[in-house]
Amino acid sequence: MDKFTTLTGIAAPLDLINIDTDMIIPKQFLKTIHRTGLGKNLFDEMRYESDGSPKADFVLNKEPYTGAQILVAGDNFGCGSSREHAPWALLDFGIRCVIAPSFADIFYNNCFKNGILPIKLPREVIDSLMEKANRGGNATFTIDLENQKVVDPDGKEYAFDVDEFRRHCLLNGLDDIGLTLQKSDKIESYEEARKEQAPWVFGASA
Amino acid sequence: MGNPRTLFDKIWDSHVVATQEDGTNLLYIDRHMVHEVTSPQAFEGLRNSGRKVRAPGQTLAVADHNVPTTDRSKGIENEESRIQVETLVQNTADFGVPYFPVEDVRQGVVHIVGPEQGFTLPGMTIVCGDSHTATHGAFGSLAFGIGTSEVEHVLATQTLLQKPAKNMLITVEGELAPGVTAKDITMEIIGRIGTAGGTGYVIEYAGSAIRDLSMEGRMTICNMAIEGGARAGIIAPDEKTFAYVKGRPMAPKGDAWEKAVAYWSTLPSDEGATYDHEIHIKAEDIAPVVTWGTSPEDVVAITDTVPNPKDSADPNKAAAMERALAYMGLTAGTPMTDVEIDKVFIGSCTNGRIEDLRAAAKIAEGQQVADGVHAMVVPGSGLVKMQAEEEGLDKVFKAAGFDWREPGCSMCLAMNDDKLKPGERCASTSNRNFEGRQGRDSRTHLVSPAMAAASAIKGKLADVREFI
Ligand code: SF4
Repeated sequence: MDKFTTLTGIAAPLDLINIDTDMIIPKQFLKTIHRTGLGKNLFDEMRYESDGSPKADFVLNKEPYTGAQILVAGDNFGCGSSREHAPWALLDFGIRCVIAPSFADIFYNNCFKNGILPIKLPREVIDSLMEKANRGGNATFTIDLENQKVVDPDGKEYAFDVDEFRRHCLLNGLDDIGLTLQKSDKIESYEEARKEQAPWVFGASA
Repeated sequence: MGNPRTLFDKIWDSHVVATQEDGTNLLYIDRHMVHEVTSPQAFEGLRNSGRKVRAPGQTLAVADHNVPTTDRSKGIENEESRIQVETLVQNTADFGVPYFPVEDVRQGVVHIVGPEQGFTLPGMTIVCGDSHTATHGAFGSLAFGIGTSEVEHVLATQTLLQKPAKNMLITVEGELAPGVTAKDITMEIIGRIGTAGGTGYVIEYAGSAIRDLSMEGRMTICNMAIEGGARAGIIAPDEKTFAYVKGRPMAPKGDAWEKAVAYWSTLPSDEGATYDHEIHIKAEDIAPVVTWGTSPEDVVAITDTVPNPKDSADPNKAAAMERALAYMGLTAGTPMTDVEIDKVFIGSCTNGRIEDLRAAAKIAEGQQVADGVHAMVVPGSGLVKMQAEEEGLDKVFKAAGFDWREPGCSMCLAMNDDKLKPGERCASTSNRNFEGRQGRDSRTHLVSPAMAAASAIKGKLADVREFI
């Protein structure tokens, strides 16, 4: 996983609530067996006409947002299906940070596993960021994870909260599985104790 | 005795392997279900790092999302779908994971297969790379959906890094009115709390109306907990739960069974346990419901009309409603029962179990599907299909003009050939009415199986009470 320290880039405004993962990446693109290559189909049905031509009024089809690295969106971003294809598609498009008033749990979690930083900020702040993200070429934001702040195009700073462990993993690009495997002895002793208490847990499907 | 604990607290506490300074727990996972769509990248990750599957005997794989619901023997025509299923076959073989082949009678939607096999048991932690894993909470287990990175984490370590959720209690007390089903209860709840209402919570469903439901009905309730944004839904195990589980192929037997039941009986929430949030609903206040929009929270009684965005005080919500009405091709004020449909889909992990098919067949019996409507019945698994055929339900459906098909996810998400054409409208027993869910520009109205059957016959969204 790539590290995330600071990011300066164009922020695209997507002022909709309840953007679900079916909208982010429709199911016909879930047939892939790879993690990459999904960026061209990000927001596919909102972004393209049925003949495949781009919809001129969709934000990610407009300059300079075609190169956006940050997304500013409404409440409950990423609800619905657990598909990790949603963060993969965002990442493949080039988006490394999503700012919204709230996120659905599974999507929020999936972001961190892929080096994307989801930032929760209050609705009033989002309204202001949304307006600034609308400024086209001047919609450049800086995200500073080390110091936990968003800097908007006017230089205004907003502090955000992030779970300490997740921050640490993002800053250092750490792989969860490697960290957990270091605790193998604990997992083994847990299993030993559980075998006594609930033997039916083990070997059921084999 | 310590503090009174909830069902969720008890399951959580008994699965903590280690705790980090910041309160993140390493949680032991008892059961892991795997399907073809969210697992290829996880197995690829294992392979790349030379890791193996830690507990194949606690893992079960089945292909469901991509499989055709027509004759299986011809294989899968769509190349990408076929590759995805073949990849699962190869991965499960390489890593020694038990797998039910597509032609096996036990094949079906992963959330129907787990309970059917007794793989799903009370008091367990159960995960799957699929948000409707919440279904298994009906057994008094903590069951939740995970992403592919977490699938890889569970395959490699049989654990997950998690922070505890908050506890929410939703009670439904009293008796349901005629024609009102588990599906109506769960949709009514989402209508009330909204799709983000459960974010950060595990919802425990309780009360006499929940206890009175069959296990099938309880699964329908928990299945849609995720549609209310909750991490999981959970219902206390009781005699009904034990009776359902007993004798299933992977359930404990003999002495282990006795021991298991004794343990499971300690799980229900303690007297005096507290919740972070409580909602109390009277069963008699719930009507047969239907969705009008593109979010599962867009719920109205079937006797209502399409709502007006102008009536919403929240401008964000009003804008979302406008967008939904435009997408759905509906006008505010139209009675829901005037809305004409093109297709009907009866199936999915929400409503593809035997009881659902019985409820739909009861309405369909002796009737005819309206002209111009295509009504599909897709059993949730091969075993559900077999049972239905033993009971003669297939004949009832066929005689009424329904299309009786092979098991799978089918038009719940339209990853196989079963999909709506642009602009087509469907009464569907599935769980999501999102834009494009059942095909590009498809229009979905979520309903119960009985309501779906009634709608097929009327050719419009219909009130099931006219048929009972
Ligand atoms: S039936 Fe629908 S909701 Fe259930 S697992 Fe399949 S696609 Fe998902």
